[in-house]
Amino acid sequence: MTGGPHPQRRAAATTAALRLFRKPSGWQLAAGLVAALVLVPLSVLLLAWLEPAWEIWRHLRQTLLSRLLLNSLMLVAGVGGGTLLLGVSLAWLTGACDFPGRRLLSWTLLLPLAMPTYVLAFVFLGLFDFSGPVQSQLRDWFGAGVRFPDIRSTAGVILVMSLALYPYVYLLARNAFQTQGKRGLEAAEILGCSPLGGFFRVVLPMARPWIAGGLTLALMETMADFGAVSIFNYDTFTTAIYKAWFGFFSLPAAAQLSSLLVVLVFVFIAVEQRMRSRMRFSQGRPTARAERIELRGWSRYLAAGYAFGVLLIAFLLPVLQLLFWTLDIFHEEFDSRYLQLLGHSLGLGLAAALLISAVALLLAYAGRRHRDRLTGLLVRVATLGYALPGTVLAVGIFIPLAGLDNLLIDGARHLFGLEIRPLLQGTIAVMLIAYLVRFMAAGYKPIDSAMHRVTDTIDEASRLMGLRGLQLLTRVHLPMLRGGIFTALTLVFVDVMKEMPITLMTRPFGWDTLAVKIFELTSEGEWERAALPALTLLLSGLIPIIVLMRNSEQ
Amino acid sequence: MQNLRKKIILLLLLLTTVPLGQALAAELVVYSARNEQLIKPLFDAYSRETGTEIAFVTDKEGPLLQRLKSEGANTRADLLITVDAGNLWHAADAGLLQPVESATLEKNVPAHLRDPQNRWFGLSLRARTIVYSTERVKPQQLSTYEALGDAAWNKRLLMRTSKKVYNQSLVAMLIAEHGEEQAEQVVRSWVANLAADPFSNDTNVMEAIAAGQGDVGIVNTYYFGRLLRKNPDLKLALYWPNQDSSGVHVNVSGAGVVRHAKNRDEAVRFLEWLSSEQAQNLFADANLEYPVNPRVPANPEVAAWGDFKQSTLNLAKAGELQTTAIRLMDRADYR
Amino acid sequence: MTENIDVVLELADVSQAYDGQLVVRNLSLSLRQGEIGCLLGASGCGKTTVLRIIAGFEPVLCGTVRLKGVTVSSPGFSLPPARRKVGMVFQDYALFPHLTIFDNVGFGLRTLERAQRTPRIHQALELVGLFAEHGKYPHEISGGQQQRVALARALAPRPQLLLLDEPFSNLDVTLRERLSMEVRDILKENGTTALFVTHNQHEAFAVADRIGVMHNGEIQQWDSGHNLYHRPLNPRIAEFVGEGSLIRGVVKDRQRVETGLGLLQGRFNSAFPAGSPVKLLIRPEDILHTEDGPLSAEVLRRNFRGASVLYSLRLDSGDRIQALVPSHCQHQPGERIGIRPDVRELVMFPEH
Repeated sequence: MTGGPHPQRRAAATTAALRLFRKPSGWQLAAGLVAALVLVPLSVLLLAWLEPAWEIWRHLRQTLLSRLLLNSLMLVAGVGGGTLLLGVSLAWLTGACDFPGRRLLSWTLLLPLAMPTYVLAFVFLGLFDFSGPVQSQLRDWFGAGVRFPDIRSTAGVILVMSLALYPYVYLLARNAFQTQGKRGLEAAEILGCSPLGGFFRVVLPMARPWIAGGLTLALMETMADFGAVSIFNYDTFTTAIYKAWFGFFSLPAAAQLSSLLVVLVFVFIAVEQRMRSRMRFSQGRPTARAERIELRGWSRYLAAGYAFGVLLIAFLLPVLQLLFWTLDIFHEEFDSRYLQLLGHSLGLGLAAALLISAVALLLAYAGRRHRDRLTGLLVRVATLGYALPGTVLAVGIFIPLAGLDNLLIDGARHLFGLEIRPLLQGTIAVMLIAYLVRFMAAGYKPIDSAMHRVTDTIDEASRLMGLRGLQLLTRVHLPMLRGGIFTALTLVFVDVMKEMPITLMTRPFGWDTLAVKIFELTSEGEWERAALPALTLLLSGLIPIIVLMRNSEQ
Repeated sequence: MQNLRKKIILLLLLLTTVPLGQALAAELVVYSARNEQLIKPLFDAYSRETGTEIAFVTDKEGPLLQRLKSEGANTRADLLITVDAGNLWHAADAGLLQPVESATLEKNVPAHLRDPQNRWFGLSLRARTIVYSTERVKPQQLSTYEALGDAAWNKRLLMRTSKKVYNQSLVAMLIAEHGEEQAEQVVRSWVANLAADPFSNDTNVMEAIAAGQGDVGIVNTYYFGRLLRKNPDLKLALYWPNQDSSGVHVNVSGAGVVRHAKNRDEAVRFLEWLSSEQAQNLFADANLEYPVNPRVPANPEVAAWGDFKQSTLNLAKAGELQTTAIRLMDRADYR
Repeated sequence: MTENIDVVLELADVSQAYDGQLVVRNLSLSLRQGEIGCLLGASGCGKTTVLRIIAGFEPVLCGTVRLKGVTVSSPGFSLPPARRKVGMVFQDYALFPHLTIFDNVGFGLRTLERAQRTPRIHQALELVGLFAEHGKYPHEISGGQQQRVALARALAPRPQLLLLDEPFSNLDVTLRERLSMEVRDILKENGTTALFVTHNQHEAFAVADRIGVMHNGEIQQWDSGHNLYHRPLNPRIAEFVGEGSLIRGVVKDRQRVETGLGLLQGRFNSAFPAGSPVKLLIRPEDILHTEDGPLSAEVLRRNFRGASVLYSLRLDSGDRIQALVPSHCQHQPGERIGIRPDVRELVMFPEH
């Protein structure tokens, strides 16, 4: 039982809120610090409004704006629907049902997580566009008149991005379905629901915080995506941001457009949290390991076929294509520097994953200890960086960074007469902080969802048994949060490995990663040559995913 | 034990704040928007020849310019290398580059391929020209960029997106030549003739023409060269338009000395070396481009596409008119 | 069993197995309209499986289940739970945490129009006395209230049969007793036919009209509470129901039996030939404590129950019995106390 309303606790919360104005707790200070880190680049963007680029706005309004908004809206709605459809259905099939091949599929379905959207987009265009092998073959067989739906269309972009981003929803929703058991569905059935009706009215709503967490990640990625949409030449808000910057050379206009994106995400998160404010999603009582629903007859094979089909299209096919290209160019592209690139990518990914997950844990605790508005706001702000186009955020980070460096250099010159070089730029610490700002949400969402399961009574029981502070953390919470923490580590690791703009801007001189190599090759359209680093990136991203799935299967 | 652990953690933390890489020993620092694989061989060759160590970092033009701006007087960059004159013009316009008076550069780089105030210099040249299907188009049917808007090419033209700076420069030059109004007519006529939505890169344009989605397009020469290398039986050919008038639209990749360069002299020396006979082929051939230095012959592979008359309008115009061109293309609904 | 229009639930020879192990064996039972039945047994005896079979969550291996004369389960056939018009209260209540009390209760009524639905929900909530809480979420009310919400939710669609799976096991003792009476009143008031399972005989006696004692997947006796207590069919039931002890004895004639408690006279539960060895059921309330009684026994253990104390005693014959003694008499283990048997009904089983 989660317990009834505790008047004492409510009173404690009130006094805590009152105390806040005098002496914030360590938790709140920590959350405040992270939020401040995120606020720095955000305020750089907001400060851009000091010189509103009216002229560019007017131009956009007259020409592109309506199409941009419509396209962005369609994309977000489409990818939202697509990732929900794929992610939830697959999560439920592998998390709550049983059918042939389920064990293998349940972790392989997560593999597309390591696939950068821009790579999937390029591979899909290569395969399915007019000049690609599929359509060419069809024309060979059926004559030049044969028509194929245009892949370079709204539906095409939505398809590709849904296939690349569904693992976010899948990963988190599967977590929920696995622990939910079949009791809820039975209760719905006995009350007259068909199994399908029960799924929509009970199973899904009960998994809502997890699904919403995954969906938020997927949609934030969608809104921030530049790679895939530009490969499809599909105009969205992000492409407008890039046009304002790279075309009109107006960073203020780009920043102003980006700040709207931030507001949008903020509203989205706030609405979702308000809507579920009083609900609870676990019955608190940890039910025995959920029994699976045994699929019978043809539905077993339908389920297996569907899951395998998604895996084939979203992962196996693109990997095969990359493999073919890699074989073509391997002898001219591969050299010993690849090991170095791989080492840098892995090291950065690992360091960032550890740092961000630790900070995410801290934020989740702050949110749990202080259920007041301020802390909630701080936590929400701290995770906003995920929705910003990477390049824009990179600039938001770099401008204050360079300013600080200049201050240090000038200070050293004037105070001590010393000529020093920039201290902060090109250090790993700065890169890690930049990743923190960008990927906080990817670390926070899974840990926060897992935190829902650690009820207050568990804390109370542990305290009675004499566990305090760090012990409570290491002996009770960490084991319970393990799934969430692993998920966070994996998401961040894979995200950092794929990340380009921040890495490009903050890396030390001559210090490259696999993603940088992909950038170098693709910036002049040499996609086939980028297959080698892309494949390497993909394969090394698989390692933590496999480890993650091993752990969640236990 | 506890203490040791703390020390180790402290040490690790300190390590993350130590600047990494080759930057400390370098005598010349380059910011480059031209790919690593295209410039690294030149850096290596120069280092071998002169012993000068070069440190560099690559990124897109926008972030690089912003980086230079934010670093201000304390920047470590000495030289900025980018592609497309539009980007060079913007760097100069933002006051990030300094003028260089060098007889060598003036001799090696033709006037229309460098900044009138000598803040940047073109180093390799590419033409943005017409590509056509040798199966469905005869070269006699082609004449000028402007003529691609004729009714004869309805549903036969394929283009890359207007978001690419190469097209922005092309249209900017059209504006310089014809004025905004007439240029807009041309662009509108192109858009009306498109056989498919604009592509995200030149290679896709050529592949689509080869597959029969369209018959003609406008691409940079080196993309054609690359595709030809991969597929020697390619049923495509280049056509040099506007030979009776302004000439083929060309563009450059180039470089300029950063305004707050700490190693200005070394940067100028390197720039001069890049324009010299010995470096020009290395620079241009890496990407199947033409040397800017008139005394250096193009790679035979490139020369095989034939001689052409190039537009001699100063490329600074491309930068100056870039935003006008973008607006014009937006108005013309050229995506 | 005769076809009777009154019979709501009928199980005939139902068996079910998991992994080759029979968990329900040839089970038959029936409930008439308005009757409350109970399956009583230790955990693992298969009683919950029977409920799940009736609800339609489990198939049957053989036998049939009929609801109001309609076969709902037979080998290879199972009507989906949703179409059986059966209500169920789960052990953990399975309230939907994302819905308010009102919506939880209304969950099974969504085929009704709003105008009919709202009064039905209110009615169900009033029935369990929780109308005031309808806007709250399940985690905001107490355990006893959650239990009543679960009952209201199961009753709201007016099922032809209500199933309750250990409905009171998560409640504290006082609440359990009060609620079990309340539930019986509610069910009777509603005329609801119900079957519930429990391991607690007090609950079974308090709520049910007919009780089936289950062991090893079988119903050993299907009878009223009175008969189970006073006429158990076998020693196992005798020991399980009430806190009975079995002591050795030898039948003297048709009314008397010689035991460690002396010669006892009373009505036999069945006929035994004179001289046959038997086991005699002795209940704690059959033994009176008298300081000057004809017999004495050694106190082995005492169990304080407030008003009375339950003593475990050893007779001189070596037999063990239990005695319920008013709690003002204090005796310690090891002491000998005087006792007097007061047995009218002699429940005996042949000694093997």
